[in-house]
Amino acid sequence: MSDGENTKRGRPSRERHAEEMIEQKPSGERRKSSAALDEARLRQQAIGVRLRQMFDQVVNEDVPDEFLEILRRADSRSSEKG
Amino acid sequence: MDEAQQPAPSRETDDEAFKRELVQLIPHLRAFARTLCGDPAAADDLAQDAMMKAWDARASFQMGTNMKAWTFMILRNQFYSEKRRSWRQSQLDQEAAERTLVAVDDPEAPVALDELRQGLSMLPPEQREALILVGAGGFAYEEAAEICGCAVGTVKSRVSRARRALHAILEGGAYDRDGEPAGDAMRSILADAERLSTVR
Repeated sequence: MSDGENTKRGRPSRERHAEEMIEQKPSGERRKSSAALDEARLRQQAIGVRLRQMFDQVVNEDVPDEFLEILRRADSRSSEKG
Repeated sequence: MDEAQQPAPSRETDDEAFKRELVQLIPHLRAFARTLCGDPAAADDLAQDAMMKAWDARASFQMGTNMKAWTFMILRNQFYSEKRRSWRQSQLDQEAAERTLVAVDDPEAPVALDELRQGLSMLPPEQREALILVGAGGFAYEEAAEICGCAVGTVKSRVSRARRALHAILEGGAYDRDGEPAGDAMRSILADAERLSTVR
């Protein structure tokens, strides 16, 4: 279920590759290194998810009133000036 | 494309539109500032300064262009000019980093987030900001390059170096935390990310 969205470059379906395997006999080595690649990608994805979460956590905080207050003061100051 | 030179809309309307957009960006400015400063109070000061700088410079902003990138650039410049002026001590002082964790409601989250923050703090600043802009802020490489005032290729290589370094740090190598075995950070991030990605 969790691999719904990220299959674009993810593990290929076994069925689809069964034929190719018979013809090409990809070496076990190659399979191993692509598994390692998948693993690395997965880890990078995990870090990415975390990174966004860390950022979004602050984005989702309520903005302190101070911000709007400062902006409101600046706005009224500038409209006084004309 | 549309060559008809429209009469400039009234100042007020422009200001209002600008302000509306700026207000929507405040949460993002705060988040970016937090990643630069670490300390939430200092980060909010920085975000407020940047917001005011953007407001004061609104006449030079072209409505319809990317205001988020523009304000991020202002904030970043502000951060580095302040840093040049006064600041030598904490890039991300530990206490401050820990204080930011208080507001997390997921009991499992703090561990991994704490470690991620520590890992980030170990990266060179230019790698850290590139990774944050692209990996968390949702900016394209081109936009991040504009914000950082460097070439697109430079951003790309910074991001990829940051990713590799962060991975290595979290995986074990450079990262050490008293008592806890290395690799735990990565494991908890992985477990957590899996859970999160099912939600997304």
